[in-house]
Amino acid sequence: MNYVKDSNLNLNWNEISPGGTILKGGSSLEVNTGDWRVMIPGFIEEKCNHCMLCFPVCADSAIPVKDGKRGDFDFKHCKGCGVCYKVCPVGAITWEKEEK
Amino acid sequence: MGIRERLSGNEAVATAMRQINPDVVAAYPITPSTEVVHYFSQYVADGKVDTEFVAVESEHSAMSACIGASAAGGRTATVTSACGLALMWELLYVASGARLPITLAVVNRALSGPININNDHSDSMGARDSGWIQLYSENNQEAYDNYIMSNRIAEHKDILLPVMVCQDGFITSHAIENIELLEDDKVKKFVGPYNPGFSLISGKPTSVGPYDTVPFYFEHQYQRARAMVDSKKVILDVFKEFGQLTGRNYGLFEEYRMEDAERAIIVLNSSAGTAKFACDTLRAKGEKVGVLKLRVFRPFPMEEIAKAVSHLKAVAVMDKCDSFSAIGGPVFGDVRNSCYGMSNGPQIINYIYGLGGRDVRVEDFTFVYENLDEIIKTGKTGEIYRHVGVRGV
Amino acid sequence: MSNMVEIRWHGRGGQGAKTASLLLADAAFNMGKYVQGFPEYGPERMGAPITAFNRISDERSTVHSNIYEPDYVVVVDATLLTAVDTTGGLKKEGAIIINSNKSPEELVPLLDGYEGRVYTINASNIAEEELGNRNFPNTPMLGAVVKVSGIIPEEVFVKDMEESFHHKFSTKPHVIDGNMKALKRAMKEVKGL
Repeated sequence: MNYVKDSNLNLNWNEISPGGTILKGGSSLEVNTGDWRVMIPGFIEEKCNHCMLCFPVCADSAIPVKDGKRGDFDFKHCKGCGVCYKVCPVGAITWEKEEK
Repeated sequence: MGIRERLSGNEAVATAMRQINPDVVAAYPITPSTEVVHYFSQYVADGKVDTEFVAVESEHSAMSACIGASAAGGRTATVTSACGLALMWELLYVASGARLPITLAVVNRALSGPININNDHSDSMGARDSGWIQLYSENNQEAYDNYIMSNRIAEHKDILLPVMVCQDGFITSHAIENIELLEDDKVKKFVGPYNPGFSLISGKPTSVGPYDTVPFYFEHQYQRARAMVDSKKVILDVFKEFGQLTGRNYGLFEEYRMEDAERAIIVLNSSAGTAKFACDTLRAKGEKVGVLKLRVFRPFPMEEIAKAVSHLKAVAVMDKCDSFSAIGGPVFGDVRNSCYGMSNGPQIINYIYGLGGRDVRVEDFTFVYENLDEIIKTGKTGEIYRHVGVRGV
Repeated sequence: MSNMVEIRWHGRGGQGAKTASLLLADAAFNMGKYVQGFPEYGPERMGAPITAFNRISDERSTVHSNIYEPDYVVVVDATLLTAVDTTGGLKKEGAIIINSNKSPEELVPLLDGYEGRVYTINASNIAEEELGNRNFPNTPMLGAVVKVSGIIPEEVFVKDMEESFHHKFSTKPHVIDGNMKALKRAMKEVKGL
């Protein structure tokens, strides 16, 4: 048995790491938790003053920040918890039922 | 050739641990295994080993600490008995499931309740299906030898399963007997360095024991089950190499005067020696009796056992542990299962014996052999699930 | 195994019967013998009757049960004679060795009709005089057992014990002399019937 970096559903029992040990970092990036959402936040860039209150409370690190400015949501990982919407003081985040 | 010594079974295991010099030992004392921890912590205090000794607050913590240490890439060991093993239960499965080659010296003691500190096998037999390899020891020598071989088996890259080395509490753990020890350097060379497949402290990103989703859990269980099946060959290879080093040759089980036997007793741990004495006494009178002593209980040597008993007329399987299953003890179940479908196989009965330190005498085995004789003569198996040594039974 | 000698020790918790059985095993081991030395364990408590055992032979004994038909019985505390079946299973050709200030004749009535040899040794007294504590009778008892049983040649035994006391009491050398005197006196003073 060998320890391997990647696992996927095309691999058989003897091709995945013994005991499920994962030999790399950031593997959660590969998992699409975005499809767990029922409610979805929306980013209104014009209203945002980049106060930086939203990104630290995001449990899924789904609010990217670059050069002191936040960008649009990472919808592959946002689970739609709504905490960002709750903390936003300027109404720059919308909150509605997601149509799938 | 070796060092002639006299040691108790506990001293023998502590000595083996000192010679192996594990990276981490996390343990919590419990009778009758306390002495091992006691001796070993003295070795640590005296600087005779480099081991990081973690004095934890329970056996649950002991096994948890061992899992952490093993995941960090350390050669890891612990010791326990009875309720201590029971408190490790949850983590036993975690250790084998995460494929961490921890070694555990079990000094067999009855489980409560009612509370009892003496010997039987209800502790390790309860853990028989936790994914740990189990080796059983007739005396201090075998406890020592099994322990020295355990790392090589556990750490083999095709196995990666933790190993329990069991011996009988008090009966061998606290009895001084002659023993032949290996020199420290020979043990060190035999056991060799440990090269784990990963380490949490390697500086490389590593996750151990992640949530295992439906698409993967079954595959990981299959891996573990296959490793147990495959471990038989590795165990035999390690035994062979050990035999070349020491002259003490071990198999999955020992066949004692079995060649032309018609009746046999299957037994493990200290009572096997007592059974051999009963066997010798009856052999001297011309009776065709034998003893089959199990050393490796997990993996269970199914085909080998079936072959070894196929020529017999009647077999008694001894269990120092009652399963409360209404169909007999654990060793019995596996032996009989192994013999299913055999044409002209032996009649097989089960005896529960020696629970909670009830002394097991030569006469008990003579009695069992007599009952096997009765089965052969009458052709009637009679009661299959029996007890020996209980008042009024 | 015809050359096997089996010994059963009766004592009370704290008197060192277990230690004595282990010392005897040590001495026989040093003679090249195969030994077993083991106590019967229960919840240990001071003063409770305890039993310990020795098997000494030229080949390894595989039997791992208690001893029911001993060649010798050693009673470290004579009050046990009326409390425990000390002579149970004891072989007629064997002997019982009792720590007592009485003569063997005086103790025979307490031995349930045992027909073999009876020895007494005032081990507690020797312990008091040589070791300053009558609660440590195990060294003189050990001397008496070796003398009566003959399982180890006396001079070899004395020499071996001296070495082991030097090892055991390396930090308390004053104890070595007392123990050696107690051992030798017991070998001389044991009285037989």
